[in-house]
Amino acid sequence: MADWKTPDNVKYTENDEWIRVDGDTAKIGLTDYAQDQLSDIVFVDLSEVEVGSTVTKGEAFATVESVKAASDVYAPASGKVTAINTALEDTPEIINSDPYGDGWLIEIKLSNPAELNDLLDAAAYAKHCAARSA
Amino acid sequence: MMTELILNKNGAPPPLEPLIYELSVPGRVGVNLPAPDVPLADLPADLLRTSLDLPEVSELDVVRHFTRLSQFNHAIDIGFYPLGSCTMKYNPRLNEDMARLPGFATIHPLQDPATVQGALALMYQLQEWLAEISGMKGVSLQPAAGAHGEFAGILMIRAYHLANGEPHRTKIIVPDSAHGTNPATTAMAGLQVVEIPSDANGDVDLDVLRGVCGDDVAGMMITVPNTLGVFEAHIKEIVDIIHGCGGLMYMDGANMNAMLGVAKPGELGFDVMHYNLHKTFSTPHGGGGPGSGPVAANEKLLPFLPGPIVDILEEGDDETPPLYGFVMPEKSIGRLKAFWGNFGMLVRAYAYIALHGAQGLRDVTNHAVLNANYVRAMLKDTYPMPFDRICGHEFVCMGHWKDAEGVHALDISKRLMDYGFHPPTNYFPLIVPEALLIEPTETESKQECDRFIAAMKEIAREAHESPELLHEAPHKAPVKRVDDVRAAKQLVLCCRVLPEGEGEG
Repeated sequence: MADWKTPDNVKYTENDEWIRVDGDTAKIGLTDYAQDQLSDIVFVDLSEVEVGSTVTKGEAFATVESVKAASDVYAPASGKVTAINTALEDTPEIINSDPYGDGWLIEIKLSNPAELNDLLDAAAYAKHCAARSA
Repeated sequence: MMTELILNKNGAPPPLEPLIYELSVPGRVGVNLPAPDVPLADLPADLLRTSLDLPEVSELDVVRHFTRLSQFNHAIDIGFYPLGSCTMKYNPRLNEDMARLPGFATIHPLQDPATVQGALALMYQLQEWLAEISGMKGVSLQPAAGAHGEFAGILMIRAYHLANGEPHRTKIIVPDSAHGTNPATTAMAGLQVVEIPSDANGDVDLDVLRGVCGDDVAGMMITVPNTLGVFEAHIKEIVDIIHGCGGLMYMDGANMNAMLGVAKPGELGFDVMHYNLHKTFSTPHGGGGPGSGPVAANEKLLPFLPGPIVDILEEGDDETPPLYGFVMPEKSIGRLKAFWGNFGMLVRAYAYIALHGAQGLRDVTNHAVLNANYVRAMLKDTYPMPFDRICGHEFVCMGHWKDAEGVHALDISKRLMDYGFHPPTNYFPLIVPEALLIEPTETESKQECDRFIAAMKEIAREAHESPELLHEAPHKAPVKRVDDVRAAKQLVLCCRVLPEGEGEG
């Protein structure tokens, strides 16, 4: 089966989002598995969030549309939005080419860092991906 | 956003057929209007314009242009069309004959109902038949398509709860195998979607269902057989669980081709459902239809049906036919459409039901299910199947193999075009990776099913031995592999050549 990247420096949700903490903020994006399953991403709708608004763990904050399907993106943790990746407006395909880097979606200031404890680590998430592609 | 003609850009091959604007020659005329035989009246000056940018072409130019375009297309009249979930069955020519009868084709929707009693009698009988087939109490023919019927049904459920003083019931439960229109309908109606997972057999997970049930549930939308092509094994339990918490059951009737004369949604406990006449009852679709999505309701929801519907205003006797007219149900959610639904489609569906009769409709379902299971059984050793069980009128397999990693469902579909078949539905249902949803319908012969099976097996062999054949497919279609990323991103296209400098920026 294909080999999806699952870097160790982020935490994962079962719904294929990642979150990477850096100081008191954290970036959120879609995993390599997610972009591979969606295939070519053509549109990212981030109109539900703006800098200063809040996202709640488990609730949808964006929609990603590919040639195959449209999917909601759920917040892996709660917090106040500190930045939005506006580059995705014109070049959503960077999620395909660099899902853990330039393809990030939003950055938040965590309101409850303890929420990260029940997210998956890289090994558990890799297992989760493999189980679904069997 | 800039509009542009994209075909000739960047060294792309020239188009197969010019735009009709490119065929235009100044002064060429297609139609000479006769001299008016009624008094002339002046149009208001502010509505007049001096130029109108229409192509100037002859009748022959038009006929050739559109005939050529039609030949680039695939249609049920050309070949097998196993587009799962869409029921692309043959549309009998008799339907068309009936729809063209002057008494149906030349009437006007604003005519006095007393002068179109035959048309109303047809609508009344169709309402009765659709109620009988569904096991429901009443039908409204208003909705113009399946999703429109869903919208009607969910508004009816909402209206029912409001009438019962339960405005807090705002949640609609939708399985993750649902048609995308189900959650969209729920959101459109201002209610909240609660998605629940399927279990390993493709059925609704009953434990999860019980867990989300409560007094905030308005109802549940479910497709039977579901979009995986399998009949929900626990449908009675599902209905009981939802009714037990005070919710109502909506059945998406898109897959009624698997149930005609075999199972009635009303008897399974559903409260409301819609039909897709353009699927189950052979009215044209895939070319713009128009569709028709009648909504059927049981006793509870009968007063809430969208209207007007046709009823008998005065009973007839041996001498006199009954007097038909339009009535608004007592607590109707109102009108959903101008006039009386897509009437031309109602005539075709009526003709189809009248032609088949009860036993004929049961045969339709029996043969649709048999064909699907035959194709499924013949392919199950070649294509991975997520569920090894008897299917309804369609089945899902996976267009991907571990030992042919570079090949995906899309490649298989494109390659099928080279063999003269319309591709199956791709990447739906969403919960099966690399899904190919295959629905042969009852109108295909065993020989035609066999040809399809042989092509699918041949493509599986090619996928392993020469995958590039699939990646570059289709080879024989008039248009080769299309750029679907660009198609999805460049939403604004133009159907004519723009004059220099227009439409930029």
